[in-house]
Amino acid sequence: MPEIPSSAIESSRERPRIGVYVCHCGTNIAGIVDVRAIVEFAAKLPGVVVSRDYKYMCSDPGQALIQQDIAEHHLNRVIVASCSPLLHEATFRRVLSRAGLNAFLLQMVNIREHVSWVHLNQREATEKTKDLVRAAVRRVSLHKPLQKRRVSINPHVLVVGGGIAGIHAALTLAEAGKQVYLVEREPTIGGHMAKFDKTFPTLDCAACILTPKMTAVGSHPRIHLWTYSEVVRVEGYVGNYKVKVRRKPRYVIEDLCLGCQECVTACVYKEAKNPDEFNLGLSKRKPVYLPFPQAVPQKVVIDPQTCIQFKSGKCKKTCVEACGDRKAIDFTQKETIEDIEVGTIILATGFKTFDPVRNPYYGYGRYANVYTSLEVERLINASGPTAGEIVLRDGGQPKAVGIIHCVGSRDANTNRWCSKVCCMYSLKLAHLIKERTGAEVYNFYIDMRTPGKGYEEFYDRLLDEGVHFVRGRVAEVSDWATHPSEKGRLVIRVEDTLAAFVRRIPVDMVVLSVGMEPQPDAQDVRRLFNISCSTEGWFLERHPKLAPVSTFTEGVYIAGACQGPKDIPDSVAQAGAAAAEAMALIDAQFVELEPYTAFISEDQCSGCKTCIPLCPYQAISYMEEKKKAAINEVLCKGCGTCVAGCPSGSIQQNFFEDEEIFEEIEGVLAYA
Amino acid sequence: MKYAYYPGCSLRGTGRAYEESLLAVFQALEIDLQELEDWNCCGATTYMSVDELTSYALAARNLALAERDHMNVVAPCAACYLVLNKTQRYMHDYPDIKLVVSRALAAIGLHYDDHVQVRHPLDILLHEVGLKAIAAKVKTPLKGLQVAPYYGCQIVRPYATFDDQRNPTSMDRLLEACGAKIVHYPLKTRCCGGSQKGTLPEIGLELIRHLLTEAQNNGADVIATVCPLCQFNLECFQKEAGNHNHPISMPVLYFTQLMALALGASGEAIGLQRSLIPIEPLLARKEIAYA
Repeated sequence: MPEIPSSAIESSRERPRIGVYVCHCGTNIAGIVDVRAIVEFAAKLPGVVVSRDYKYMCSDPGQALIQQDIAEHHLNRVIVASCSPLLHEATFRRVLSRAGLNAFLLQMVNIREHVSWVHLNQREATEKTKDLVRAAVRRVSLHKPLQKRRVSINPHVLVVGGGIAGIHAALTLAEAGKQVYLVEREPTIGGHMAKFDKTFPTLDCAACILTPKMTAVGSHPRIHLWTYSEVVRVEGYVGNYKVKVRRKPRYVIEDLCLGCQECVTACVYKEAKNPDEFNLGLSKRKPVYLPFPQAVPQKVVIDPQTCIQFKSGKCKKTCVEACGDRKAIDFTQKETIEDIEVGTIILATGFKTFDPVRNPYYGYGRYANVYTSLEVERLINASGPTAGEIVLRDGGQPKAVGIIHCVGSRDANTNRWCSKVCCMYSLKLAHLIKERTGAEVYNFYIDMRTPGKGYEEFYDRLLDEGVHFVRGRVAEVSDWATHPSEKGRLVIRVEDTLAAFVRRIPVDMVVLSVGMEPQPDAQDVRRLFNISCSTEGWFLERHPKLAPVSTFTEGVYIAGACQGPKDIPDSVAQAGAAAAEAMALIDAQFVELEPYTAFISEDQCSGCKTCIPLCPYQAISYMEEKKKAAINEVLCKGCGTCVAGCPSGSIQQNFFEDEEIFEEIEGVLAYA
Repeated sequence: MKYAYYPGCSLRGTGRAYEESLLAVFQALEIDLQELEDWNCCGATTYMSVDELTSYALAARNLALAERDHMNVVAPCAACYLVLNKTQRYMHDYPDIKLVVSRALAAIGLHYDDHVQVRHPLDILLHEVGLKAIAAKVKTPLKGLQVAPYYGCQIVRPYATFDDQRNPTSMDRLLEACGAKIVHYPLKTRCCGGSQKGTLPEIGLELIRHLLTEAQNNGADVIATVCPLCQFNLECFQKEAGNHNHPISMPVLYFTQLMALALGASGEAIGLQRSLIPIEPLLARKEIAYA
C-alpha cells in the first residue's frame, strides 16, 4: 500500500480551513432550498473560510472554482452540499487530489435526495439543510488523510445465463482474449430466443441468427460452457471473486456423448410420454432426450423423474446398449461443485413470461384453444411440434384469431409495467398467422407502442395487410354463444373504445400476449451476487441513464431482460456494454478500493479474541507474542462488525471513527 | 363435526326452502348444526353501502357469539357468507376498523379474536364430507336430470376461498355425486341482476334473461342456485324474460333441495311446494321416484 506523504498528514493537523460549496443542481435543489441562506449560514460556522454557491458544482467551472479556492485560501477541508455521494463523491475527490489535498478531506452533504426531492416546504427544507451542513462542518474537521488500496484484477469473467445476452457477452469477451465461464441453468443455451420462429421487424429467422452464435460459444477455446449448472456461492470482491458452481448430473458424461441420439431411439419407451419443456408441453419427449435439435451442447440428458431406471431400478437399459462402447450413460453420476476464480461477473439471467392463469377471465387453461404467445412461437416454428403448421389443440385450423395485448402488463391487478416487446411480437405473430392460415386476425390493444428502428413501419405494413386492430382492453374470453355463428367458438367481449360500443367477436384461437416478469428466484440471485432489485424485482442498475449495466457492487454487471423488459436488439446492446465495462476493469489491471478498513489501537486491545470469529472475511488474527488481535488490511472489507463487537472499544474504522460520527450527530442536533 | 348455523334473514323469509333442505342434507350426512344463539342481521350488502362501520359491527357480533361458543360458522346465504368473511378480513387487515368494532363489541360484553372460520355449505359438503361419502348415501339418484349449476357472484368474488373464481365446480361435483347430469353453463358466476330488478328493471331483466336462455339453450331441466337472491331473481321474472315465441319455464331450486331429494327427503319436507315453477312434473317424467 502506498504511504501517505507526511506533508499531507501535517496539513491535516493544521487548524481547519474549510470551504463550503452549495450546488443549485439547476432547480433541483435551488427550487426548494434557499441556497443563498445556506451560504450565509455556512460562512459563519467555525472553521469555514469560504462559502459559495453555484448552478452546477459538478461542471467544469464548478470544479475549477473549488480548485482555485483551495489554492487561494489555503483550504485544507472541503464540503460539497449537492447530490448523493453515490453520484459525485468521486468527482469532487478528484478535485481535491488535483489541488494537492488528500481526497478524503472532503465531506459530501446530500441535499438533493435527502432534502429537496423529499420536501415540499421551503422553510423546513432550508432548516434541515442547515443542520446537515453544520454536521458536515464539524465532522470534516476531524477527517484524516487516507489512501486507497490497490488490488490486482483476475482477468477471468463469469457470465451467468446463456440466453442471447449471456451468449453475446461471453463471445465478445472471449474474442477479446479473456477466459470466460458461461453458466446456464438449463441443459442447453439459447434461452427464450431459441424458442422463437422469426424476429421483428425484419422477420429474419431466430434460429438462423442465433444458432451460429450458440455453436461459436460451444466450440470457443476460451469459453468454459457449463450447462445444467447453477452458481451456488460467491465470495470476495471486485477483481477477486471466488465462485462455486453446482453442476447438476445429466446422467450422461458430456465428454463421451456425441449427440447421436441413438439412446433416445432405443429408450424402452417407444412413445414419448412426458411434456417437452422446450415446446412448453405442446409435444412430448422421452426420459432421455436432446432439449431441441440445435441444442448446444449437443449432449442428451436423462430426466430422473421419468426414467424407469431411476424410478424402479429395473429397466432393461436399452439406452446403455445403444450407446455401446462409448459408455456415455452413467446412472450413478452425482452433482459436482466447481470452484473458480474470476475478477468480474456479468449477470444475464433473463425473465419469465407472465402466467395467464392469474388473469382467469381470459380462460387460459380452461379453453383448449387459448394459447400464450410463447406457445404460439413454438406452434408456428418450423422446428416446433407441428413443423410450423398451425394446428389447434382440438385438431382444427383457425378461421379467425384474436390476439390480446397487455396480458400481465399495464394492469394494476398484476403487473403495472409495460413489457415493451408485446406490441411488436403481437404484430409479428399476426403477420405469421395470417400468412400461414389466411385467418382473419384481430389485435386487441390499449395503445400501440412501436418505437424502434423499423418498428412503426412494420405496424403500417400490418395495417396494409388487413389485420384488424381494435382499441380496447378485452373483458373476457368465453364460450357463451348468443348467436348460431358463435356456437362452438371462443367469444371475445371487448369495449371498442374508438367505435364506443361493446363488441362480441367470435374466434377459433386466442393468443394471449403475455408480459415479461422477473425470474421467480431473482431475489435469491440478487442476494447471492449482493446486488439490488427494483421494487418490481428487476435487477437494479447503478444509474438508469449513465451506468445502465453497472450495479452497486463493483465488478458485477447486468445485461438483458434481468434488468427490465427488453427486446433482442436492446439485450445484445447491453450485453456488449457489460462486456466492455468488464474489459475496461480487466485491462486497467488493478482496482482501487476504498480505505474504509478497521484498525486496532494496540494499547487498548485486551486480546480477548471476541472479534476473531465475528469477522466474515477471516481478516483478523491473533498475535501470540503480543497477545493482541491484528487486522489484515487487504482482507478487511470495512463491514464494521468487529468495531461494534469489540468490548473495549479498541477497534476503529477509517472514515467512520467514533469521534467523527459523534461530532456529526452533535452537529445535526445543535440547533443554532 | 359440529357447526354454528347462521340462517340470516333470507332463510327465514323467501329462502325457507333453502333452510328446510339444508337441514335435511346435513342431517342425512350426520353433520351437527346448532343454530347460533341470539344471532342478528349479518349487515348485508345494502347496509354495507350505507354505513360500513355499523355493518362490520353487526357482522362481528355474530362472529363474537360463535367464538364464545367455540364453533365455526356455516353461512348458507351468499350475502351473509360474503359479509361475515369480509368483516373478518377487514378487522384483520385494518387495525383502526378492528379498534372501533372491538369497542362496540366490548359495550355489550363481547370480544372477537379472529378464531372463527366462516364456511359455506358447498365447502363443508365437498371438503369435510367428501363426494364418496355423499354418493354412498344417495337413495334416489337424480338420473337423467340435466342441471345448470349457477353460483352467482358472492361466494366466489372477491374471496374465492374454496373454489375457482371464474370456473367454480364444487356444486357441479356435489350434484354429479347425486347422479345428476351437469350441463355446460359458461355463465355460472355472472350477475343475476342483484337488486337491479327493483331499481333499473330493464337492465336487471336483461341479465336475468341471459342466464335463463343460456340454461335453456344448453338443455338444462333445472337451474341449481346457492343464493336466495339469485333464486328469487331467476324464478320470479320468467314470464317477463321470455316472450310469446320463446317462453321460459325453468324450475330454479337450491342445490340443497336437489341433494336432499337424492338423499331420500320428501318433497314436502324440503319445500318443493314453495316453488313458483314446479319441478314435480319434470321429476315424474324423468321417473325420479323421490320419497
